[in-house]
Amino acid sequence: METLADKKSKKLLVINSIFIIAWLIIAAFPFIWTFLGSFKVREDFFSRSDWWYVISGFHTIIETGGRYTLNAFREAWIEGEFWYAARNSVIVTFFVVTISLFLGTLGGYALSRSPYRYAFWILIAALVFRAMPHITLVSGYLFPFFQLNIWGILPTTIIVLVAINQPFTLWLLYSFFKTVPKELDESGMIDGCSHFQAFRYIIMPVMWPGVITAGLFSLMLAYNDFTVTAMLLSYENHTLVPKLQSYLGTNQHEGNMMWAVSSVVSATAPLFMVVMFFQKQIISGLTTGAVKG
Amino acid sequence: MKHKTFFWFMLPTCVAMVLFIAIPIVSIFIQSLFIEHQKPSIEIEICDPFGCKKEIGVDVEAYAALNKEKPLGRFNGFKTYIDRNHLAFEELNEGWRNSKTVSEFSSIFFNLPFYKALIFTLTYTLFVTPSVICLGFIIALCINALSQKIKGPIIFVTILPMIVTPLMGSLVLFWMIDAEGIIGSTIQDLFNDPYLSLKASTKLTWITLITYGIWHHSPFAFIVFYSALQTVPQDPIEAAIIDGADRWQRIRHVVIPHLYPVAVFIALISMMDNIRVFEPILGFSAEASAQSFSWLIYNDLRNIEVMNFGSAASTSILTIIMVGILLTPVLVKTWREFGESR
Repeated sequence: METLADKKSKKLLVINSIFIIAWLIIAAFPFIWTFLGSFKVREDFFSRSDWWYVISGFHTIIETGGRYTLNAFREAWIEGEFWYAARNSVIVTFFVVTISLFLGTLGGYALSRSPYRYAFWILIAALVFRAMPHITLVSGYLFPFFQLNIWGILPTTIIVLVAINQPFTLWLLYSFFKTVPKELDESGMIDGCSHFQAFRYIIMPVMWPGVITAGLFSLMLAYNDFTVTAMLLSYENHTLVPKLQSYLGTNQHEGNMMWAVSSVVSATAPLFMVVMFFQKQIISGLTTGAVKG
Repeated sequence: MKHKTFFWFMLPTCVAMVLFIAIPIVSIFIQSLFIEHQKPSIEIEICDPFGCKKEIGVDVEAYAALNKEKPLGRFNGFKTYIDRNHLAFEELNEGWRNSKTVSEFSSIFFNLPFYKALIFTLTYTLFVTPSVICLGFIIALCINALSQKIKGPIIFVTILPMIVTPLMGSLVLFWMIDAEGIIGSTIQDLFNDPYLSLKASTKLTWITLITYGIWHHSPFAFIVFYSALQTVPQDPIEAAIIDGADRWQRIRHVVIPHLYPVAVFIALISMMDNIRVFEPILGFSAEASAQSFSWLIYNDLRNIEVMNFGSAASTSILTIIMVGILLTPVLVKTWREFGESR
């Protein structure tokens, strides 16, 4: 049904479309450009003389014979040991998501069902924790971790990422469980369940939309993290993002710039896939906190 | 929910947060009070065919033993906080007395690492946060007006800058605006100046970083505004139309008041993220002209051989204090609203 408010003038529509198109170009063009460039050799992507080389592949044809080459990818993944970093990223992401969801659902559920004042205080404390810059926390970890000899390994990093991620997960799942009617688990408890049983048999089957959203955010945090992984993992245990940074070198002309370009493309591709599939959940997750909380 | 059940449900998440967020903050504070040991010196006799010389060197063994015995270093009190790399009271005082003009003093002021970082972090936060709210709001209004069919793909493209990690996002842009990239070389051609580069001037670097910040954060503001727009009640808007309000007046007097609490939320989250700006500085290789607090801490810790725990910890504490000062007004507001709604 078209309401009165939906009627718009032609002029406004044109301005609107122009603005949207401009924004879409600004948002997407850098990624498209890097994607195109990753199939070329260094002289084409970083070309002083003519940026059109990124499309035409002038040097790529001279060096490899074809307009497109997978050399940058092959070298980064095999010589640059990007595959190993990818493996580490998969391990870290998987465990961070699983553990933070386990802790977060329990906590978020309890917070949403408690009428007492201390639940409110815990939520405010979580908000304050959320504001802590990660690098300040990292500077707190390093010294004790060196002393305890647990620096540099994957399990430590996983637990740290889980903890850093908890404030956000708690808030998100708290807002989600608020929308699940209380009567549901109360009716179960009247029938003689304990609170844990009510959670297990009544809440768990209906909580998946919220859990998927929270899981996606943990996934993005763990996969994208640079500060914690770069500082807490030893060089051979590095995940994708710190690995990529190590390709940059100190100077543009040293380092393996094309390795970095191809690994940016390899690292963003799975992320874009995930977002494409779960776009709705991500958007609903970002808004529950704002609109209902 | 009973206290006991609540306790068991909350236990794991609280243990995680206390162990890895609360205790590290205490640990930073303790570390900031200590400083690395002085290297004990020793007289060594170095003999070569031309005779023997006595030289003073570092007693490596004694130093190692000292470090093993007291790994934190020696107690230094609050002295690290006021040294040249942090609050630098002495330098400021001296600079104030010796400089004749304000500009002379300000050049001393801007050369102290802590204040340099303070100015950059504040400028970045204060420019990016409002711009993000404005741009996000405009995008949300525009996309909301589109037909349902094309909204999906457009939203997907819109949120791309947000989901990529800042390091990669800034690298992708950096490769384009650098002297050898498409935008950088075009600008050089336009101005006919082969040496024009964004890295060359502090001002341009700052503008680049702020532009990047807006590009990266706007999608977040967009999503929140967009979802909030779906909840704007239609009745007051229709009433406003009947009363003869034009589109701008409708937005100004009906939509914006409805979205105000949402804007506060975006401001809070966006400020939290902007104060910790760090990865773009690495991505744009802008260390020379733009340093943030996070970068200072990183710089103290990045070399595994010589880590300045004390210095990093002091900067961390000062950062946390600054985050506290900046966020208190918004936090108090959230607290009140949230407390009422419960």
